[in-house]
Amino acid sequence: MTDAGLDLDRLGFEAGAHILLERALRALPPGGRLRVTGHDPALAVHLRGWCRSRGHGFAVESDGCVVSLGQAAGLRWIGAQRAGGPRPDGIVRRPPAHWGLAARGALVEAGGPTPPWFDIADRDVVWADLAPRLYAHAAAAQWDPAVAVDWSAGTDLPADIDAAVVQVMTYLVENEQAALVIPARLLARIHPHFREVQQLLAVQAADEARHIEVFTRRALLSGTELGTSSAGGRASLTSLLAETDFSLASFLLSVLGEGSFLALLGFLDEHAPDPVTRQVTRLARVDEARHVAFGVAHLEHQAALDPTLRGRLRAAVERRHDALVDTAGLNADVFDALVVLAAGEWTAAGSPAVTAPCNDSRRRWTTAAGSASSGSASRPTRRRSCPHCTPATSCDQDPPLHAVYGRSSVSYGLELRGLA
Amino acid sequence: MTLLMGAVAYDPKVVTIWEGFRRWLRDRGLPFDYLLYSNYERQVEDLVAGRIHAAWNSPLAWVRAERLAAAEGRAVRAAVMRDTDRDLTSVVVVRSDSDVHSATDLRGRTVAVGAVDSPQATLIPLAHLRAAGAADLTVRRFDIGVGLHGDHVGGEREAARALAAGEVDAACMIDANHLVFSREGTLPPGSTRIVAQTAPFDHCNMTLVDTAPAALADRFVALLLSMSYADEAVRPLLDLEGLKVWEPGRTSGYAQLADAVDQEGFYDAKGQVTAADYTP
Repeated sequence: MTDAGLDLDRLGFEAGAHILLERALRALPPGGRLRVTGHDPALAVHLRGWCRSRGHGFAVESDGCVVSLGQAAGLRWIGAQRAGGPRPDGIVRRPPAHWGLAARGALVEAGGPTPPWFDIADRDVVWADLAPRLYAHAAAAQWDPAVAVDWSAGTDLPADIDAAVVQVMTYLVENEQAALVIPARLLARIHPHFREVQQLLAVQAADEARHIEVFTRRALLSGTELGTSSAGGRASLTSLLAETDFSLASFLLSVLGEGSFLALLGFLDEHAPDPVTRQVTRLARVDEARHVAFGVAHLEHQAALDPTLRGRLRAAVERRHDALVDTAGLNADVFDALVVLAAGEWTAAGSPAVTAPCNDSRRRWTTAAGSASSGSASRPTRRRSCPHCTPATSCDQDPPLHAVYGRSSVSYGLELRGLA
Repeated sequence: MTLLMGAVAYDPKVVTIWEGFRRWLRDRGLPFDYLLYSNYERQVEDLVAGRIHAAWNSPLAWVRAERLAAAEGRAVRAAVMRDTDRDLTSVVVVRSDSDVHSATDLRGRTVAVGAVDSPQATLIPLAHLRAAGAADLTVRRFDIGVGLHGDHVGGEREAARALAAGEVDAACMIDANHLVFSREGTLPPGSTRIVAQTAPFDHCNMTLVDTAPAALADRFVALLLSMSYADEAVRPLLDLEGLKVWEPGRTSGYAQLADAVDQEGFYDAKGQVTAADYTP
C-alpha cells in the first residue's frame, strides 16, 4: 500500500509544522504510515524528537522521513465520556465528580482529579427549569450604578430625616452582605454541570454587590456616618449562613429573606423622601424579584419531586425561630426610621397610627423649615390602593408596621401557596 | 520480601511518579518499595552491592553498573526501558550566521556542553565531534546538576543560552531539546543551524542485579510491561515519566556512550570513577 504523504514545504516545527502533521495523522488508519517531506533544514531532527514524544514510529528513508502512527493518541480516549449535552435537556441527574470543571457536553478523558467540593450534584436538588431564562434575563438587566442612578439629584433633606434614611440604608447593606455571601458559598458547592444555576447565582451575587454599593453611596450622600448594626439583626442574618442544605438555604434566603426584602424595598419606594433613595430601592427591587422567582421556582421543582419538602421547610423555619428566640430581635432603630419615613411629619396628629392608613406620604419631607419642622405641610388624606394588602387583610395597621411585620403572614403565604 | 528499587531524585516529580507506581504495583500484589538517591553513582554502587534490587538508571549509570558488576563477579540486566529511551540523537548547533558548516569547521573553536556527566549534552556529542575531525576544541562546560547524569536540563539550556549570547561557537543538546529551546525562546526560532547529529543511542533503563529475588524481579518487569496508556490510573504517571509504553530492555544502544566514557576516561574498565573534576 502506498504511504500517505505530507509536504511541509519550508514550514518547520518551530513554526507549527506539528499541526499539519497531526491533521494528516488523524486521517490515517491504525498502523498507517505517513511520508513527510519538506525543506526546513531541521525537519528530520525535530520530527524524530516529536515522534518519540508522541509515541509514533520514525524512520529516515531514501525519499524522506516516514512516520508510523502510534496507538497512544487513541488509547488516551478509551473510556472517555460525553459529559451530558450542552443544552439543558442534556443535563444528567447525577454528574460524576471527575467531570469536575469540564464543560457540559465535552468529551471527558477518563481519570483525572475528582474535586470533593462540588457536593451539590443532584439535578433534583439544584435544578429549576426557569434557571436558564432567569439567567438570560439577569444578564440582560444588569445596570451600572454610576449611570442608572442620578446621583446629582441630591437628597436635600432635613438632617433627622436623612438620618432615618441612612439608618435604613445601613440595615439594607447588612442584609445585602448576607445575600451576597450565601449564594456565593452555595455556588462554589454546585457541580459545574449545572452551569445555568451557577451562572444565575453568580449574577445574583453580582447584583448584591451592586446593591451594597448603591445603598452605601446613598447613605453617604450627605456625608454622615452610617447607622447602627444590632446584635440581633446580625444574629438573624448569620443564622441564614448556617444552613448548608441547598433547598433550605434557598428557601430561607431567596423566599423568606429576599421575599420580605421585596416588601421592604417596595415600602421604601413608596415612602422615600428623596429621588436618589427611590431610584436605588427601585433598581434593587427588580433584581430581588428575580432572586425570589428562582427560589420559588426551585422549591416548586423540588416539591413536585419530594413530598417531604414542606415538612422540612417548616422545620427550617422553626429551627430558625428557636435559634433567634433569645435574641433582642431586629434593629429597633430601623423600625423607628421606617416609621419616621412613613409618618411624613413630626406631629402626633400626623402619626400614621392616628390618621388614615396607607395614604400617599411621598415627598412630604422637604427642606422648607416650616413644613419639615412644624409639620405644617398639608397632608394628603386620600386612601390609596395599598400594595401590601390583600382582600384578607385590611389596612387597619399603619403602613410601615404593616409592611414590615405583616409581611410574614401575608406575602410568605402568597409565595408558598403553590407549595401548600 | 520487598522488591527495592532505587531512583535518582533529579526533580520533585520523581516522588509523585514513584509513589504512584508503588501504589499501582502494590495494588497488583507486588511488594515494592523505592529509595531515592541524590546521585547515580551511589545508586549504582548500592545496586551492585545488593543493597537494592533494581535501579532506574541513566545510560551512563548503566555503563558503570555493567562494568562494576562484572568486576565484582555479578551480573546486571537492562530489563525494561521507556519507548522514549530508544533512538535518541544529539545535535551540535551554531548560530545561523556562523561560518561553521560542518563538524570539522569547529576545529579550534569553543563548544558549549552540559554537565560533565551528561551523556547527551557532553560525552556523546564531544566524542562525535572528535571522531568527525573537530580537533582542538575548547569546551565550555555548564555543570548544573552534577551527579544527575544530565537528567537536569539546566546544563543544556545554559549551553544554548551561551550560544545565543555569542559566547561560544556551538552548543550540544539532545535533538528534542533543540526544538524545546526554540519554542520557549531560549534559542530564537530560526536563529540557529544544526551542523552535526550523532547516530541514534539509547537512554535510561531499569537495571536489575542478579542478587534480586528472581520471582519478584520477574513480576516487577511483567507488571511494568503490562502498563497500558489506556489505563486512566496509570496514564498520568506515564505522562509524567515521559513514556507511552514500557519496552523490553536492550543494550544495543549504549556502545556510543561506552566509547565516549573510555575516550573521556570517565570510568575505568572496572567501573571506578576516574573523571577529573567530577564530584557528584
